[in-house]
Amino acid sequence: MSPESIVGVAVGLPFVGALAILALGKWPNARDGAGIVTAGILFTLVLRLVEPIRDGLRPEYPILEVLPGVSLSLRVEPLGLLFALVASFLWIVTALYAVGYMRGHHEKNQTRFFAFFAIAISAAMGVAFSANLFTLFAFYELITLCTFPLVTHHGTPEARNAGRVYLGILLTTSIGFQLLAIVWTWQLAGTLDFREGGILAGTASNTVLSVLLVLFVFGAGKAAVMPFHRWLPAAMVAPTPVSALLHAVAVVKVGVFTILKVAVYVFGVDLLGTLPSTMWLAWAAAATIILGSLVAFTKDNLKARLAYSTISQLSYIVLGALLANEWGIIGGGMHIAMHAFGKITLFFAAGAVLVAAHETDISRMHGLGRTMPITFGAFFVGSLSIIGVPPAGGAWSKWFLGMGTLEAGQIGLLAVLMVSSLLSLVYLLEVPIRAFFSAPPEDADHGEGIHEAPWTSVAAMIITAGATMALFLNPGPFYALMTLVTSR
Amino acid sequence: MTDHLPVLQVIIPLLAAVLCAVVRRGRITWAIALATTWASFWIAIQLLMRVRVEGPISYALGGWLPPEGIEYRIDLVSAFVLVIVTATGAIVTPYALKSVEREIDAAKIPLFYAAFLLCLTGLLGIAVTGDVFNVFVFLEISSLSAYTLISLGQDRRALTAAYQYLIMGSIGATFIVIGIGMMYVMTGSLNMADLSVLLAELGPNRTVVVAFGFLTVGISLKLALFPLHLWLPNAYTYAPSAVTAFIASTATKVAVYMLLRFFFTVFGAAFSFDVMQLDKVLLPLALIAIFTMSLVAIFQTNVKRMLAYSSVAQIGYIILGISLASVTGLTAAILHLFNHAMIKGSLFMAMGSVMYRVGSVELEAMRGLGKKMPLTMAAFVAGGFSLIGVPLTVGFISKWYLILGALEKGSWWWTVAALVLTTSLMAVVYIWRVVEAAYFQDFPGEEGAVVEAPYALLIPTWALIVVNFYFGIDATFTSEVAGSAARTLMGLAP
Repeated sequence: MSPESIVGVAVGLPFVGALAILALGKWPNARDGAGIVTAGILFTLVLRLVEPIRDGLRPEYPILEVLPGVSLSLRVEPLGLLFALVASFLWIVTALYAVGYMRGHHEKNQTRFFAFFAIAISAAMGVAFSANLFTLFAFYELITLCTFPLVTHHGTPEARNAGRVYLGILLTTSIGFQLLAIVWTWQLAGTLDFREGGILAGTASNTVLSVLLVLFVFGAGKAAVMPFHRWLPAAMVAPTPVSALLHAVAVVKVGVFTILKVAVYVFGVDLLGTLPSTMWLAWAAAATIILGSLVAFTKDNLKARLAYSTISQLSYIVLGALLANEWGIIGGGMHIAMHAFGKITLFFAAGAVLVAAHETDISRMHGLGRTMPITFGAFFVGSLSIIGVPPAGGAWSKWFLGMGTLEAGQIGLLAVLMVSSLLSLVYLLEVPIRAFFSAPPEDADHGEGIHEAPWTSVAAMIITAGATMALFLNPGPFYALMTLVTSR
Repeated sequence: MTDHLPVLQVIIPLLAAVLCAVVRRGRITWAIALATTWASFWIAIQLLMRVRVEGPISYALGGWLPPEGIEYRIDLVSAFVLVIVTATGAIVTPYALKSVEREIDAAKIPLFYAAFLLCLTGLLGIAVTGDVFNVFVFLEISSLSAYTLISLGQDRRALTAAYQYLIMGSIGATFIVIGIGMMYVMTGSLNMADLSVLLAELGPNRTVVVAFGFLTVGISLKLALFPLHLWLPNAYTYAPSAVTAFIASTATKVAVYMLLRFFFTVFGAAFSFDVMQLDKVLLPLALIAIFTMSLVAIFQTNVKRMLAYSSVAQIGYIILGISLASVTGLTAAILHLFNHAMIKGSLFMAMGSVMYRVGSVELEAMRGLGKKMPLTMAAFVAGGFSLIGVPLTVGFISKWYLILGALEKGSWWWTVAALVLTTSLMAVVYIWRVVEAAYFQDFPGEEGAVVEAPYALLIPTWALIVVNFYFGIDATFTSEVAGSAARTLMGLAP
């Protein structure tokens, strides 16, 4: 297949997978097999794009023209490829994990669940490979809508309320801010294409462009920059595989990816550096980094703590984009990958505890490490990556982000990164340390009958934890892709 | 034969209506209506194609040449409106078969179809004619038959709703005929093209100004511009389901067409906007309509009434587009005529299916229908997405042009764009109240009491949904037609 056709197939394939899942609904094994196979094919396809991209090709796949000059169109560039690689690889692992989880937890409506899950991946691929802002926006909204049934999967009043917050914030920001910014960009620049060096330079006064940047940053509500972050903790009512892949990788990364892409290909790094609102927004991201970490401390529910940790970590990437220099962009892009592997491991572990021991609160997990050593071991490795210390991949992205702050001459922002790492050290490592070394709570029954989660789930955790460490030893591929983004 | 298409567009439904009244057999009259609406649809498509290639068509009725005789004149705007009206008719008629049999006494069904076809005749007539008095005649034909159709609703409140509409509509029609009369007094002509020349020569004469005022108020009443919309919510709520779907998609659209015709063609954009400052009147009313009516829609417990208030808000979008007085704004308005017809048509048809099975369209009646009537509710959700303006639906296309039109005006106009987006979010709220009832609450009745709607209702509903997405994904055709129509009206192209 030519690179061009791979691009089109990569976006369409998960959707076809969703149809297959619906068709095979009566045979759970065949259905789940179809999901995993689709994920595997998708990843191998995306992998085959790496070579052409490195050679300087930018395969395009125009779908159709919606309005004169506004088209649905795909185009692969290095940043999008990086995101697609991460999302498609982790989909395989999550598909594996989800089989164990959904069955172990006796969830209902599994067919609907897996089908919408696949559609969400299809849309994430669409965002990753979008050639212009319109295409990005269309797939962005598709993700919001097709993850709604996943968030509200249990259909309880609690899920319904969470769904309201989820949809309310994501649609308010995307329709209210992002769409306005996109139409405005179209009016100013006469194009919506992502172009090297940006399209907005010289089209309007710095004041207007500053406003536009604010609209884009807060309009990407999926990036969860405060005060538009509440949807993410709300989304945690979803089954854990959703939290793991969608609300730690696909959905939230779509938000920060949008910001990175807008920063690099719509504004352009040079223009970004001259806008007055850039630094102001960088400090908003810095505030989110610190506040997110602080709130994470107060959460005893493990998934809620992880959600606030994600909010904090996402703003690292937003900050990287807004530093408006090479190191910031590289660090931000790599953090998309590094955070994804680390955080998905943490969510897998949280889900495994829920399935095996039926516990959700950290204070009730004391002593569980002895019965579930693999789970908490994986959690430990994942935590290291989020904190950003060796031997985990997160160390690299934080290193580059730190370099970016120095390059921008913002010692204050460097201090924010350091403080946040220290905070995450405490709130994350508390979990495995208590699990291994503290005595179990008196009324808890952690003895007989509790063992590790189903093997597919355990295998998934081992893979992602292993990958986290491998990325420390060899971050090369992702680094190489990101240097392609910044080099001109 | 093809030369006579303009008059056939009106004559066929008119004669078919008479035929229905004579035949008096339920199913046969339905078949007549079906054949008629599809024939009309075909004619409308032919006319649109011809106008696109050859430019405006002028047809002298009975061979009497204008300006003395009645001229039928079809340009892009009228051809586009003809397509909207006939397409809705062609989709609603198959839907009407089962829906009407359920909601209307068997004895009245033949007369129902007669009234329906008369209404269609009137609406089409307004769009084809190039004669202002003829507009009034067709307006009365369509209005009187619409009052009849609405009064056929099951609920006895349909009678008061129809009566209310009758009073308000008649006031509107009277204002219009007074305006036309004054123009005739001043110019001695009733032909639109002729009038536009004569009025321009006359300048801002006081009688002409008063005529302009009477026409503005009269037409605004017919198109339900806030605050003259009071007849609309009751009429939509209590009319039979098929009638609501038809009237909501066509009647107000044709009234907007009248507005365009009078203010752009007869008076001319320069007179309407530069001299009369019409935009300064329309803009605030449109904005108030968009905001307050969306807000009111949120608090409705009857879903049809909720959609009715939403319609008043959506008419506000159309009027907003007109009040921008630019090509982009006008394109947005004309596009939204079509787009909103498709959106509201599909939503009201979905509600008609609920009415058919559950017998109520109160919000409470929606409970658990996500499982009981999955295809119907999926259609409602899809139509709702289009109403909200999710990308790749027609609703998005309208909003795109509307926001672009506002931003093009520069300075503080971005606030108007922001208001449009805010009200889209209000649409999310009122659509989602239905979604939550349907998907998050349990069905209160017995198991098996409610099943999916019959295909006779589902297929037309989904046909409109497909249209919603088709012209949302590839809007090059509709936007090109609407754009050319807008340029024609602004006097920038022939």
